[in-house]
Amino acid sequence: MMASMTSDDRAAWEAEYAEARLRDVDFETMSGIPVDPIHGPGPYPGQYPYTRGIHASMYRSRLWTMRMFAGFGTAHDTNLRFKDILANGGTGLSTAFDMPTLMGRDSDHEWSVGEVGKAGVAIDTVDDMRDLFADIDLGEVSTSMTINGPAAIVMAMYVAVAEANGVPRSKLAGTIQNDVLKEYQAQKEYIFAPRPSMRLVTDMMRFTAAEMPRWNPVSISGYHIREAGSTAAQELAFTLANGFAYVEAAVASGLPIDDFAPRLSFFFNSHLDFFEEIGKYRAARRIWAQWMKERYGATNERSLLMRFHTQTAGVSLTAQQPEINIARVAIQALAGVLGGTQSLHTDSYDEAHALPSEKAARIALRTQQIIAHETGVTNVADPLGGSAYVEWMTDEMEKRAEEVFEHLLELGDGSMLEGVYEGIENGYFVGEIADSAYRFERSVNSGRRIIVGVNDFTDGDDADGSNLLYIDAGVEQEQLGRLGAVRQNRDSDLVARCLDSLAADAAEPDVNLMPGFIDAVEAHATEGEIVSTLEGVFGTYTEKAIV
Amino acid sequence: MMQDPIRIVLAKIGFDGHDRGLKVVARLLRDAGFEVIYLGLRQTTDAVVAVAEQEDADAIGLSIHNGGHLTLAPRMVAAVAERELEVPVIVGGIVPDRDIQALLDSGVAAVLGPGTSAADVVAVVRTTVAPE
Amino acid sequence: MSLRDLTVPELLDEARSGDRRAIGRLLTLVERGGEAADQVAKLTHPDAGKAHVVGITGAPGAGKSTLTGRLAAGLAATGHRVAVVAIDPSSPLNGGAILGDRIRMDEPIHATEGADPNNVFIRSMATRGQSGGLAVAVPGAVRLFDALGFDPVIVETVGVGQIEVDITAASDTTVVVVTPGWGDAVQANKAGLLEVADIFVVNKAERPGASDARRDLELMLDLGGHPAWRPPILMTTAVDNVGIDEVSTAISTHLGHLRESGEIDTRRGVRARSEVATRLHAFLLTRVDETMATTEGEQVLADVDDGTVAPVEAAHRLSNYI
Repeated sequence: MMASMTSDDRAAWEAEYAEARLRDVDFETMSGIPVDPIHGPGPYPGQYPYTRGIHASMYRSRLWTMRMFAGFGTAHDTNLRFKDILANGGTGLSTAFDMPTLMGRDSDHEWSVGEVGKAGVAIDTVDDMRDLFADIDLGEVSTSMTINGPAAIVMAMYVAVAEANGVPRSKLAGTIQNDVLKEYQAQKEYIFAPRPSMRLVTDMMRFTAAEMPRWNPVSISGYHIREAGSTAAQELAFTLANGFAYVEAAVASGLPIDDFAPRLSFFFNSHLDFFEEIGKYRAARRIWAQWMKERYGATNERSLLMRFHTQTAGVSLTAQQPEINIARVAIQALAGVLGGTQSLHTDSYDEAHALPSEKAARIALRTQQIIAHETGVTNVADPLGGSAYVEWMTDEMEKRAEEVFEHLLELGDGSMLEGVYEGIENGYFVGEIADSAYRFERSVNSGRRIIVGVNDFTDGDDADGSNLLYIDAGVEQEQLGRLGAVRQNRDSDLVARCLDSLAADAAEPDVNLMPGFIDAVEAHATEGEIVSTLEGVFGTYTEKAIV
Repeated sequence: MMQDPIRIVLAKIGFDGHDRGLKVVARLLRDAGFEVIYLGLRQTTDAVVAVAEQEDADAIGLSIHNGGHLTLAPRMVAAVAERELEVPVIVGGIVPDRDIQALLDSGVAAVLGPGTSAADVVAVVRTTVAPE
Repeated sequence: MSLRDLTVPELLDEARSGDRRAIGRLLTLVERGGEAADQVAKLTHPDAGKAHVVGITGAPGAGKSTLTGRLAAGLAATGHRVAVVAIDPSSPLNGGAILGDRIRMDEPIHATEGADPNNVFIRSMATRGQSGGLAVAVPGAVRLFDALGFDPVIVETVGVGQIEVDITAASDTTVVVVTPGWGDAVQANKAGLLEVADIFVVNKAERPGASDARRDLELMLDLGGHPAWRPPILMTTAVDNVGIDEVSTAISTHLGHLRESGEIDTRRGVRARSEVATRLHAFLLTRVDETMATTEGEQVLADVDDGTVAPVEAAHRLSNYI
């Protein structure tokens, strides 16, 4: 029985592989030994439940996307960097926003002082968005935007700019993070309470499903959960639970599952326990496929495929002897690749101190290129599949995640969405994460866990931090000037009417807010004004102190 | 009679949402016998001072991870002085070595930079509150 | 001027003139106990007795802090000066505590129009061991706030453990907060909270099971016969500010009932006597420790160590010195 199934699997895999377009490279070892594209047992890569990868040929067809984050200063500053990336053959733009933008506040908000343009680009109005993408054909590039709480507003600005330049929204391609659940659990960049925030997410999912077929409306992110201190199994479990919650919310809002599920993507961390990480990625694909098929009844194969981006663990970087972080990042990046990631960001070695310097960012990118082109690991899909240890680790990760799902379903009375809401409200997620973070900290402090350069092997620390990138304070003044000019030159009656109508829309749970956002940003309403308008209806949110 | 536990207010100011370190420090201090008044995220300097006053806190611990320490910490010190409180301000988080002296010069009582050990956290808070 | 150099009467003068630092400092002295605390208790006694003391308790996670914050904000917005004592447990292992309740109290106060934060004073208190210190410190803090003109004074505790229940029950009006879901009413019952309730609040009332929780409470009250005051059951969603005014009204209605029925004097009489008893117990405990540390004490204890004197005999002999 097993044998015949396996040979069927094999035949199916061979047929699929035969159709795949391969990269024009020699699939052999450094010493010239030819290697087969897969080894070990089925189901094979590209076959349900996709434990071994989502494509039959994996990196033989296409390497992962080497996606590096950019964004700083004013829209104009970042625009120059974008054009540089495109001129050098890049096709994807990845945007980081500054803190005020991420929190839905304008650059002239009292808390924005010192934050404008610092950790990303400052966007207050559609005019900033226009300058950010000046002279770039939005019909040709794919854009990733890392923003959550006010994602729908920033998205509206992007659509408005594209259409003003003659590119219809249906042609826009890209991803917006828009994963608000993990904000309450880990990153803490929320604005409203969970339920109204979820409405913004589902409004955007409905909008893109209907009008922007090339857009990924949510990137479900475990990265921040891990950075906040969770274990690998918690990262896996909480992220997938959030994924299921979005699925349930979207279905409840009236979307058929196969209309949106193929557009869901994921974002994981890669930390230092090499095999644990690889087991985590493999388990993630398997759980997602099984749940989507069996619990949620998805029938389109693309709805079952977990596509994910990986970033190396910023929290693992040490301030002491910063150069040794290069080795850490290389190992983490390799785990992501062996785990079958679709795209990868490698951290710069100096990030424990501040924003990365140009040299450090280049070394980070080169690390990925070494893995891709020098190590030979791309010749074989899921090269560790079949290893007793890796298979055990994969099963173990899955088992631990299923225990969490069970708890959440109990909290939600059978609904994962309600279970996640309850877990946010009762402090389950933050409590679990804080426990794990503290356990880790204690093991380091007691010396049971060695961190090289921190609690052992400490000779040779010569970190001076002198090459760190500092953003010039002039950026803030410039941005305040730009914002002031927009406020002065716009039709303020029109802005007021748009905001009033937005408030009315917000009070009606069934109205999709996206069209109202587009109208408001086209009238040059600021991000902060739109957020304040919504706060008038939705209120604000203060988290419970769970330490 | 037993010594009063040291009471410390822990908070983050402004948008900065990185609270992992603050939570770990809160637990470290609790386990060392401190009473931690935990305010968490998105506080203003005025709110922190108002709490320190009501709680008769022995110290204020500020965690800063967004690079704003040179602006935020002196503002906290000024807010404390304005209300005539005698409460030392201790800053932790991502503070590059080269900024430490500037923070101390601005009136910050102690700085706990990246990689400070648990024992150091407890010891620094203790000696800051009750200098020998 | 350094507060640390001021005497208790000087601190009280500063506090009466509105210096919140002095109030904070006095609370520290009250909490520490000992001579200074006794002095505060004596000096504030003549001005106390005017404030309405409200206890709010319930299971962890019931939403007490949010409810307390909303109540305080509403009261402050209508011109009251409100004090809150928020009590959280200390760790039995190391004596430390994390006091995080006030986050959800401060927030609504800052967010409510017309609620002057200077009209609200919140103090977090840890239980600090089991010596009964809290049973003295909390009435001390309440009396201080009362004497300084705060009214009402709200005491918020987690409804687990006898000390917490006793402290809450020592209020004029006790509000017990429960949430929908099986078990909560049962838990509250176990903790002895149901007998002490003057008002029930079913918080998170937007959730399924809220009406069941209400019905369970009604049934339970029916079993209690027909007392002069039947505790009302109010439904709230504190986080959305729903039902808070009704709680506020019920609290003042209960105060009216206490006054009309004369029960307020009975309750306060019980409270005063119980404080005397608590203080006597504490006093005795101190005397016991002191006696055991005297030369005579050491001698007798040494005999116990040798096995020449039975412990019961030793205790009898030393009791003469207390």
